[in-house]
Parts: sequence; structure tokens; C-alpha cells
Amino acid sequence: MTMINELGHFALILAFVLACVQSVVPLIGAQKRWAGWMAVAPTAASAQFVFTAMSFAALTYVFVVSDFSNRIVMLNSHSAKPMLYKVTGVWGNHEGSMLLWVLIVSLFGACVAWFGSNLPPSLRARVLSVQGMIGVAFFAFIIFTSNPFERLAIPPFDGEDLNPLLQDPGLAFHPPFLYVGYVGLSMTFSFAVAALIEGRVDAAWGRWVRPYTLAAWVFLTIGIGLGSWWAYYELGWGGFWFWDPVENASFMPWLIAAALLHSAIVVEKRESLKSWTILLAIIAFGFSMIGAFITRSGVLTSVHAFANDPERGMFLLGITALFMMGGLTMFAARANVMQAKGVFATSSRESMLVLNNLLLGVACFVVFIGTIWPLIAELFFDRKVSVGPPFFNAAFTPFMVLLGIVLPFGAMLPWKRGQMGRVAKSLAPAMVLAVAIGALTWAIQTERSAMGPIGMMLGAWLVAGAAVDLWSRTGRSGNRVGRLFRLPRADWGKAISHGGLGVTMAGIAGLLAWEAEDIRVVNIGDSFEVAGFTLMLEDVRDVEGPNYLSTMADIRLSKDGEAISFLHPEKRYYPVADMPTTEAAIDNGFLRDVYVVIGDPQEGGGWAVRTYFKPLANWIWGGAILMAIGGFFSLSDRRYRIAAGARKPVPGGVPAE
Amino acid sequence: MRRLAFILALMAAPAFAVQPDEVLDDPGLEERARDISSGLRCLVCRNESIDESNATLARDLRLLVRERLVVGDSNDEVVDFIVARYGEYVLLNPRASGSTWLLWLAGPAMLLAGAGIAMGYVRRRSQAEAPASALSDAEETRLSQILDD
Repeated sequence: MTMINELGHFALILAFVLACVQSVVPLIGAQKRWAGWMAVAPTAASAQFVFTAMSFAALTYVFVVSDFSNRIVMLNSHSAKPMLYKVTGVWGNHEGSMLLWVLIVSLFGACVAWFGSNLPPSLRARVLSVQGMIGVAFFAFIIFTSNPFERLAIPPFDGEDLNPLLQDPGLAFHPPFLYVGYVGLSMTFSFAVAALIEGRVDAAWGRWVRPYTLAAWVFLTIGIGLGSWWAYYELGWGGFWFWDPVENASFMPWLIAAALLHSAIVVEKRESLKSWTILLAIIAFGFSMIGAFITRSGVLTSVHAFANDPERGMFLLGITALFMMGGLTMFAARANVMQAKGVFATSSRESMLVLNNLLLGVACFVVFIGTIWPLIAELFFDRKVSVGPPFFNAAFTPFMVLLGIVLPFGAMLPWKRGQMGRVAKSLAPAMVLAVAIGALTWAIQTERSAMGPIGMMLGAWLVAGAAVDLWSRTGRSGNRVGRLFRLPRADWGKAISHGGLGVTMAGIAGLLAWEAEDIRVVNIGDSFEVAGFTLMLEDVRDVEGPNYLSTMADIRLSKDGEAISFLHPEKRYYPVADMPTTEAAIDNGFLRDVYVVIGDPQEGGGWAVRTYFKPLANWIWGGAILMAIGGFFSLSDRRYRIAAGARKPVPGGVPAE
Repeated sequence: MRRLAFILALMAAPAFAVQPDEVLDDPGLEERARDISSGLRCLVCRNESIDESNATLARDLRLLVRERLVVGDSNDEVVDFIVARYGEYVLLNPRASGSTWLLWLAGPAMLLAGAGIAMGYVRRRSQAEAPASALSDAEETRLSQILDD
């Protein structure tokens, strides 16, 4: 038996102590202008990260070697589990995932320590101090309520295995991305509170805080996309979004981060919307923590599950309340120091970004109120109600449609003062294209629902609008194509992300409007037709996997006599966890997926088979990938790289890009 | 042993959502049944409609919905029938009645309030005097060039 487990535990406690130092010393130093005390911050942040990383590495080691004397390894792992899932199992449980959470908290702090040399020393000290406080809260949470290094007195011979649903690449990598997103918003919170203490919010602040917000949003986008993709292929009927409280918990910070991203642009470029941006930064992190609370306390999944772990739930609620009250009190006390400078007309980019924030903010509010309504109704009105997908679809979608309609106008309207007529004129081709595509889909489709055509129209409008926006930046004459590729990466990022949103909207609308489903009993050797495709059930056989048993069907998919693919939907059974799962077989295509699930053997012979025709399914995640790529483009823009590497000597003159 | 596990697995395996034997012969009725059941909550599941759920209770409810439809109930009558027995908790789309009005109106009300505040802000900004800039016009232009790079 090795001591690695205890080393990890010890490193965790050291990191906690360092976080305590980091949250107190630099704050006093910044107040008293003591350079030495302020200089503690970056060192403490780096050291805190190193020790947290050591602790995390130790836990990973314990999982990899399957040391079942560790309690959470015993509860969540098994010696027969594939290595990939032994590693990802580290964060497949409450304790380990909290350790990953603080690892990212300290990583972000360390980033400010490493790349923040261009920040004013007092601001940097205060940012790191606030980040340290967040660290303290979560380290304490882990050490006192959710210790991952607890040992068992009598270790069993083998573990209880990870929930089979989680033994999947899509879900294995979903939490780390989400956490980087959630925790990235802790950085914007730290910047906001530090700026409030400092009493100074200017364009430079907007520029420093934007990369962190952007990074958080990009990672949230990827995390949510992965989760939704996983639900699509794993849960067995191709649903991609359920408006489940846990999903909403990740979606609300995403919406607020998107709003924050845009309002920070106004701070950076025009020195307006300052207090609103600070408020958003505080609220965004609030939603992240509410997300952590919802996922871990079980209070909303089922109102009565709170008793399962009241200690953890109350602790998290306490942390959330503490930081929100602290942040908002600071805000109330200091908001008056933030005077807007920029003056802008009603018809201007600034106004349109205010509209963007209004729509995203209210959309988030609708999701929030819908998510917590069952709780409110029970507490205050003594009514037990459910709020499910039909409510969210009806109450949330209009905001997104509105957002889609105004987005291309807003993206092109000039700063300070713009003429809507002129923008509309340059967008005319995009408008014509969108209407034509909408009309065409209306004419082709056999359904009478407007959802499909409206979705296609919006999608085309956003993609074409983004293209027009990009093209309009290349000037009026000369080598416009050449200039197009020399445009700042932020311009490309903006166009790609906005286009991606259009692709996702079109995908969602197309899928929901034209999906087809078929449920039937099929005998081996029989074939049947769904949405023009022919499927033939050739065989159903038993297969043994590494840690599961499987019933696998062989289904041949063809269209008009031409073979397309050979599909193998499975029903798996994981004996250790005593849990069955369905593994759908999907034939992916650019315009459609064919999705097959094998069910139970029927009494009169044959097997139940479910087949779905899913048009445009991959556009949903394709659009999410585009949004993330756009974010990365913006993140790699020259002005952030310059800001990050300010110490490097800048070659004379303006470098040609 | 493995064989036995297999048989047990098949028994424990989820009877997945709508079974072939549940489907009604009349496609119109079946479509209505699907429509209704996607709005009804499976009472023993986490957050699933009876249309998606594998639970036995969900199956019973699906069959009940179809039974009522075959008898000739309208969609509303079927839903009322279920709500009368299981309470309004069964509705995934809460009815706009009593306190639930608050839920439905919260979004639009927030939009109106937000729009009012935003318009006030934009109007103030458009009428505000530009603060005397410490930079000359030429410096401003240069600065914005640097910023736009």
C-alpha cells in the first residue's frame, strides 16, 4: 500500500492554507500600498496551483492503480474497467469532480499570476486575493464535507464500478469543459470585485476581463455541446435537450456569459455600460455556483432529495450566498464610481448590444424562473407543479427568434451613430436569400408547421448576415479577397460564431419539424421502410464486451437498392452496476441521421425496433463547434496576444499582419 | 453463470418507451396520443415525459391515454381525466391558472421592465454631453486605430 493517497491529501491541505494566505496578504498589501505584500499574490497563486495539481495527480494515480482502500475509488471504479474510464472516473463522482473544480480555480489564478504582468500591481493583487477567497471556500468544502482521500478500514477486493451511462467518451470529457467554463466565470467575478475595490473600471479593465469571459464561454459551449451530443446518441431516442434542471444549470451561465461577452466589448471600446457589465460579471458567477448547487444537492431534480445530503447542499448554498451578497453589496456601495463616458445615438452598435443583453438576460431569467418554479410553487403557494419542456419551448424560443432577427443588424451597425437604412441596404442580399430559403422550405415540406421554414430562414439570415458583415469590412475596392484574409481574427471570430448560432438554430428547427419515427416488431430476415430508407434486420446476437454483455443487432441500411451502411444497435448490460443501457446505431449524414435502436424480443417472435429519421441533427453540434471555433479565433486576436506578452520587445513600427 | 446474467439482464432491461403493441391502428389517434403523452410527466422518473420513459407506470399511463382517445375523448378531456387522478404535478406544461400566471408572465414582464430601463439608459446616453476628452481629435483617431487593430 502506497502513501500516494496521503500525499495527495496533504498537498490538498497545503493548497488550502496557501489559498488562505493568498486571500488575505495581497488584499492588505494593495490597501496599504506595500509592494512586498502584494507580490505574495502571484507566488501564492502559482504554488496553490502546483499543490492542487499534485493532489489531483495523486487521486488520478489512486484511480489508475485501482486502490480500493480509497473510499471513492471503491464506490466508483472497478478493476475490469477500461483505462480511459479509470482516468475519467476521477471526476465521475462528487468528491473527485470538486477536486477538478478547485484545480481549475487555482489554474485560472495561476494564469493571472503568469500572464498578468501587464495589470496594475494593486489590481492584480486584488484579483488574486478574491480568486484566493473563492479557492478557500471550495477547498474548505472539499476538506470538510467531500474528502476524496478518505480511506476504508477494510478494503474490498473490487470496486462497485462507475455508472455505465458515464462510461462513454462524450460524457467522460463533458465535465472538464463545463468546469473550465463555470470556473472561468469566477475569474470575471474576481476582476469585477477587484475593480469595485479599486474603484476604477475603464477600457483597459474591459480588455483584461474579456479573454477570461470568452474562454469561459467557449468552454461552456463545448461542454454543453458534448453533453447534448451524448444525450442524443446514448439515451436511446435521440433527444438532445431536455430542459432538465441540471442542463439548465449549465445553460444559464452560458446565456449570461454570452451577454457579458458583448457588454464587455462596449466597456472596452466605448467606456459605457460599465456598472451593468460589473453586475453581469457578478451574476454570471452566481449562476455558475447555483449550477454547482443544483447539480450536487439534488434539491431541484426532486424536491425531496435535499435530505440526502443536507450538509453539502447547505455548504454550497452558503458559499453561493456569501459571494453573491458580498459581490452585490460591494456593487451597491461602489457603483457610483463608474461613470459612463461614451455618448451614443439610439441607432448605434451600443444600443444594439444593449438589446442583445436585454434579450439574453431575460431569456436566462425565463430559464431560471422555470427551473426553480416547482420550488417556489411548493414553498409559497402549496402547489405541486412540474415545469417541463413544453413550458420552456414556448417561453424561451421567442427570445432566441428575436435575437436571431436583430443580430445581423446589430453586428453591422457602426459605433456611436449609425443609419439603420444603410445597414439594411447592405444586408439586402442576405435578407432576400433568407426569405427565398424560407419560402422554398415552406413549398417543399409536406407539414403545415411554420417551425421548419422559420428555422431555415433564420439560419440562412444569420449565416449570410455574418458573411455580408465580414465582406463589408474589406473596404470598397481593390483586392478585397486578399484583405478578407488579413482581417483581424476577432472579425473572423465574430462572423464564425454568429454563423454558428444560425447553423444551430436551423438544425434545431429542422430536427424538431421534420423528424420521423417508426416503432415496430421485426423478425430476423425482414425488412421495412422509414422515410424512404430500407432497413433489414439480418441477425441479433450476443456479444461480450470488456465489462458488459451485449445483445447486438445487425441491420443493413439502404436507399433505393443502394447499400448505405451496416448498423449495430446494442442493448448492454453492466453486471457490476447491474444496469442496462441502450447503444443506438447512427448512420451520420450531412443532411440527416438514421438512428436505430434495438428493443426487447417479442413474445410472438421478432424484436422491437425503433427507427428515427433525424434531419439536420448534426447541424446542432456543428453550429456549436463553429461558435467555439469563432471564440478561439477571437481569443487568438493580436490585441490579446500583445496584452498577454507585453514584456516581449515589440519590433519597431507597426507589424504587418 | 454468464448466461444467467444475460437472461436476468434481458428481464431487467428497460422496456423502451412506446412499445410496438401500444401503437394505435389509427395514425391520427396515435399522433394525438403521442402529443398528449409528451406533455405528461412520468411520476416515478426524474424529469421525463411518459412518452420517453421506460417505467411501468408510464406505460400504464400511455395505455390509459390511448384508451380514452379510442373511447372518443378530446385531447383536453384526456388530460383533465389524468389530472383529476394524479394532480396537476403530472402536467409538464403548467396551466396558466392562479399562481402559475406569475410563472407565465414573469418573462414578458421582465422583458417590458428591462426594455423600459434600457430605453431610458440609451436615451440618457444619446442626450448626454460628451465629457471633455483629454485627448485631441487626432489622438483619439490614432487611439481607436490602435484599439481596432
